[in-house]
Amino acid sequence: MRAWLAHHLHSLATAMRQFGETPLSTLFTILVIGVAVALPAGLYLLLTNLDRAADGVKPQAELTLFLKLDIDATAGRALAERIGQEADVAEVRFIDRAEGIARLESAGLADIAAGLPENPLPHTLVIKPREETVTAMEALGARLQVLPESERVLLDSDWIKRLTALMQLGRDLIFMLAVILGLALAAITANTIRLQIYAKRDEIEVARLIGATDRFIRRPYLYFGGIQGLAGGLSGWLLVMIGLGLLGDSVSQTATAYGVEFSLQALGLSELIALLSLSASLGWLGAFLSVTHTLREVETF
Amino acid sequence: MIELTDVTKRYPGGHEALSNLNLAIEQGELVFLTGHSGAGKSTLLKLVAAIERPTSGHVIVNGQNVGRMKRAALPYFRRNIGLIFQDHKLLYDRNVFDNVLLPLHIQGMTGADAGKRVRAALDKVGLLKKEKARPITLSGGEQQRLCIARAIVSRPALVLADEPTANLDDAYARDIMDMFQAFNEVGVTLVISTHDQDLIRRYGGRDVRLAYGRQVSEAMA
Ligand SMILES: Nc1ncnc2c1ncn2[C@@H]1O[C@H](COP(=O)(O)OP(=O)(O)OP(=O)(O)O)[C@@H](O)[C@H]1O
Ligand SMILES: [Mg+2]
Repeated sequence: MRAWLAHHLHSLATAMRQFGETPLSTLFTILVIGVAVALPAGLYLLLTNLDRAADGVKPQAELTLFLKLDIDATAGRALAERIGQEADVAEVRFIDRAEGIARLESAGLADIAAGLPENPLPHTLVIKPREETVTAMEALGARLQVLPESERVLLDSDWIKRLTALMQLGRDLIFMLAVILGLALAAITANTIRLQIYAKRDEIEVARLIGATDRFIRRPYLYFGGIQGLAGGLSGWLLVMIGLGLLGDSVSQTATAYGVEFSLQALGLSELIALLSLSASLGWLGAFLSVTHTLREVETF
Repeated sequence: MIELTDVTKRYPGGHEALSNLNLAIEQGELVFLTGHSGAGKSTLLKLVAAIERPTSGHVIVNGQNVGRMKRAALPYFRRNIGLIFQDHKLLYDRNVFDNVLLPLHIQGMTGADAGKRVRAALDKVGLLKKEKARPITLSGGEQQRLCIARAIVSRPALVLADEPTANLDDAYARDIMDMFQAFNEVGVTLVISTHDQDLIRRYGGRDVRLAYGRQVSEAMA
């Protein structure tokens, strides 16, 4: 156990020495990995912030049910009561036709309201569904439409459709980008490790001749790949933070100009941990593939 | 300990370095391999150390058939053999101490125990005072002795030395041969390839002479 630990520490030290031997190219590689990490991470952040911003701006998801003109207020309230019991309905508000006119007036349409000989508005129910998805709203709308008391159902789901589709597109795009750049990360690591192994051919040959196993030879390179990936992930995170810092002020100012309180949110701790472990694992994987392949190439026996 | 039966080694390109060779070496023997340049001495040592596989025939070392050995078993097999190379094969990016430490490290030995063993081996070859030096700063003879220290630090029962005294002056050569003799006296089996007939005469032991890949004579000096 102690020997095992000592060996791992030694591998780690060897890997760190390797960084020290080629500081400039290592730094450059880490920066390149950082950019590869920062792109999808930054886009992800943009998307989550957009989602949050949309939450504050988007209108309530509601269905409006206009009752037939011959339905009186008592029957209307009773219907509201009944619909309120439905499992997929969160809240029902009954709006009396008199209240409807009052609303028109307060909305600055008093002239028009006054010009009307009698109140043309029906009693109205405003229904909030429990689930704000397009499918749920459409299903509820269809059921309301066929009620005998119902004249017309107004369902405004287009904006939800558009927003959902846009967000999904964004997520797909980020996923694709993450996969491609993840592969790039692994490939970058594989290439650096390959060059290192070629530079250390003699050492590997000697180690093999005096009884080193492949695992022994491989270990420092795996550490190197993992640490390089981790450092790359960190630099990517830093790049994103810098980007946020640069954008943050102008975003808040824009929000204030529109009368909303909004500030950009950075990556959370769990997201940061996920990002770092992913980039470290990709670095490790790239190192593993490269070292396994290259060791076979410098094989003698 | 070592048994070669009908061994032929043909290198890629068709050159036959060894042809139908038969040879048995017992535990504790001191054996010199001699013969002209290109006779197949290094090839024979490489077959015994599992660095090359025989084209045909059997090479049995410590009861293991080298030709049929699995890749995964190779490292563990080689740990029982001390190898001294004609070209030293030292690592120039680390000091003398770390060069000798490497075999122990590979076998999972670290810490104070390993340090003691390394110093004991360096002491034996007279390099204790140079443990911090880089191999590149050592003379040819010192490098050769460093290579020997690395080969014996894990106390192998079999030591293979490929021309350990080539390019050394007489005094150095005798130093090194004295060392080998001392190992042999404590039971280590030694196979040494050399051109130096004087050496063999002086130290005695078995002389296996090769010519064009065949054994031509066998003598006890
Ligand atoms: N890797 C190789 N590929 C092809 N031919 C080789 C290889 N190694 C050795 N040979 C050939 O095999 C023959 C025997 O070589 P070997 O190295 O065993 O000779 P040697 O007795 O050690 O010679 P020397 O005293 O010069 O070291 C030589 O003709 C050599 O050219
Ligand atoms: Mg030779």
